[in-house]
Amino acid sequence: MSTGLQQWAPSPSPGPPMKSGRGRRSSPMTWRWRDRLALVFAWGAGLGLCLIAGAIVVYMGYRGVEYLRPSLLLQRPALSTTQSETGGFLDPLIGTALLTVIGVVLAVPLAVGGAIWIAEYGRPTWLARVVESSIEMVAGTPDIVIALFGLSIFQLGLFAPFSFKASGGGVFGKSFIAAGAMMSLIALPPLFTATRDGLQAVPSHMREAAFALGKTRIATIRRVLLPSVRSNIATGVTLGISRIIGDTAIIVLLLGETLRLDPQGSVPGINLLRGTGSTLTSYVYGNSPAGEGAAPQKAYAAAFVLLVFVLVLNLIVDRIGRSSADATGMTVAGAVV
Amino acid sequence: MLERLSRPWPDHRAERTLGAVSLLVCALVVAMVVFVGIHAWPIFEHNGLSWLGSGGDLGRQLADMQNTTQHPPPSAYHLRAWPLVYGTLLTTAVAVALALAIAIFSSIFIVELAPARLRRVAIPVIRLLASVPSVIYGLIGILVLVPFVGNHVISSAEKESVQNVVLLTGAGLSVTVVILTVMITPIMVALICEALVSVPNSWREGAVALGVNPLRGMLAVTLRAARPAIVAAAVLATARALGEAIMISMVSGSRSFAPKPIDGLVFFFEPLRTLASGIVDYREGIAAPALGSALYAWALLLLFSAFVLSIAGYLIKLPLRKFQVRG
Repeated sequence: MSTGLQQWAPSPSPGPPMKSGRGRRSSPMTWRWRDRLALVFAWGAGLGLCLIAGAIVVYMGYRGVEYLRPSLLLQRPALSTTQSETGGFLDPLIGTALLTVIGVVLAVPLAVGGAIWIAEYGRPTWLARVVESSIEMVAGTPDIVIALFGLSIFQLGLFAPFSFKASGGGVFGKSFIAAGAMMSLIALPPLFTATRDGLQAVPSHMREAAFALGKTRIATIRRVLLPSVRSNIATGVTLGISRIIGDTAIIVLLLGETLRLDPQGSVPGINLLRGTGSTLTSYVYGNSPAGEGAAPQKAYAAAFVLLVFVLVLNLIVDRIGRSSADATGMTVAGAVV
Repeated sequence: MLERLSRPWPDHRAERTLGAVSLLVCALVVAMVVFVGIHAWPIFEHNGLSWLGSGGDLGRQLADMQNTTQHPPPSAYHLRAWPLVYGTLLTTAVAVALALAIAIFSSIFIVELAPARLRRVAIPVIRLLASVPSVIYGLIGILVLVPFVGNHVISSAEKESVQNVVLLTGAGLSVTVVILTVMITPIMVALICEALVSVPNSWREGAVALGVNPLRGMLAVTLRAARPAIVAAAVLATARALGEAIMISMVSGSRSFAPKPIDGLVFFFEPLRTLASGIVDYREGIAAPALGSALYAWALLLLFSAFVLSIAGYLIKLPLRKFQVRG
């Protein structure tokens, strides 16, 4: 039957293949004016967005080259009335690095563990739904609210060892530990989503093969599934880091906005974590006209460094996505949000 | 001990451990509501829900709150925060409306119109726009856009017309909305593009075969099929816009003032303050019990709206499951 139909089918025309929408008859000049207007709007909006992004990068690059000196990266900031003696932003750089490490270290077990449970176990189903929606809620919560939440938690007497106490006994709840713990909440949703989507995209025959070889579920997860979603976890971590280094609200409320790293206590290492400090974002905020510093040159220089970090992280996400798509034929979830 | 850990886990224990880790996230959300709620309670106790309404000078109320002692009298809790609520609603609504239009058209551009080479550039560039930290947007706003608007766009006659009420510096509604729009558009573009790509191509090809041009087919068929995703994108962008604190605190002029549309063109340049940026502006005074409670009350309102939006987003995305789209 089907062969008979094939005989009746017209033979493919010898001419060049027609590309849809590129033929002479659908030239935009023949369209109705409404469609032509939509065409103009679409081109304008798309190119406009790209131009805005390009303008931001070019402008920040220009200002960065103008104001950034290598000495700025290596000098500690200082309080001074003259602009030339206020130093650089070594301490904010260290602060950003420290917070990133704390945030990622706290977020990875929580997010990856949760994602494995949702994707591989997920029973009872209603509980899995509740967990998924609470992570969505964390994702939708504004960072300023998370910062206030952190402040209210770390001001409890119970958590007093994690931050410093005033001489009167009042707990301020401001420290690297407090800020880092809240940063892990910021990094949690992208990391969770990337890992879960990766696990759900692993073809089920890989699991079945492992089960057939007598592996338990958890052994399958450790030996088969986790290695195959490594690139997804890496994407999630990178997205999380770029959210952590870009966040300002948590820093200004929970890190105390002291210009230098301000250790509390005598145990080296721990005292740094209990102390206050600043990061690149709060340095930019403090030196902009909105803060007290009013040193736009320093703010531009620090913002340029911050933007370079974000650009590099973006490139890494892109690279991971591309290489894993090449290797496995799967695409890493392009989580932008 | 170490030996026990390195041995393979029994399955049921692994399941329970991982489940406990997941429940920790739920516990955190509950704790967030409880803690913010406890701290916000005094405001609700003394004002009920009428603190959302208008009345009196908000700036003076907040200054009074800040100046009280550790045990303030009940009168110190008097709060009418309508200017902040109004500022939040105004900036969010205008920015989301603008961003929605821009995002829909630029998604069509990316999916349909752009040549392949341009598309390869445009997607990472727009993704970059989404990941620029808000403090950089704020810096550009306060150092570039605000002086420009203040010096070249607002005429001195306009400044004089309202000088007894409010000082126009350029920082205000227009700059805030413009930057907010740029910040939330990329989120929408990402979600809408994903949805447009996932609508079966044959639907639109059917329309084109019937004689409409490809763009009209896109608008009439593909875009219509992707409507739930567009609404979901708008909801997500709304959540982002509501919670934006740092950028708005930098470029909005930070005055507890409600811009009045009756002022004509000046309306677009009047300063304002939103709930989130108010928390940043008054962070120094959080130790004063009355003011601290007010800040937590604003945070609770933001948290509540974020939850409502999150649930709304989930409900809207349900019909999308038909096309195997994960939004």
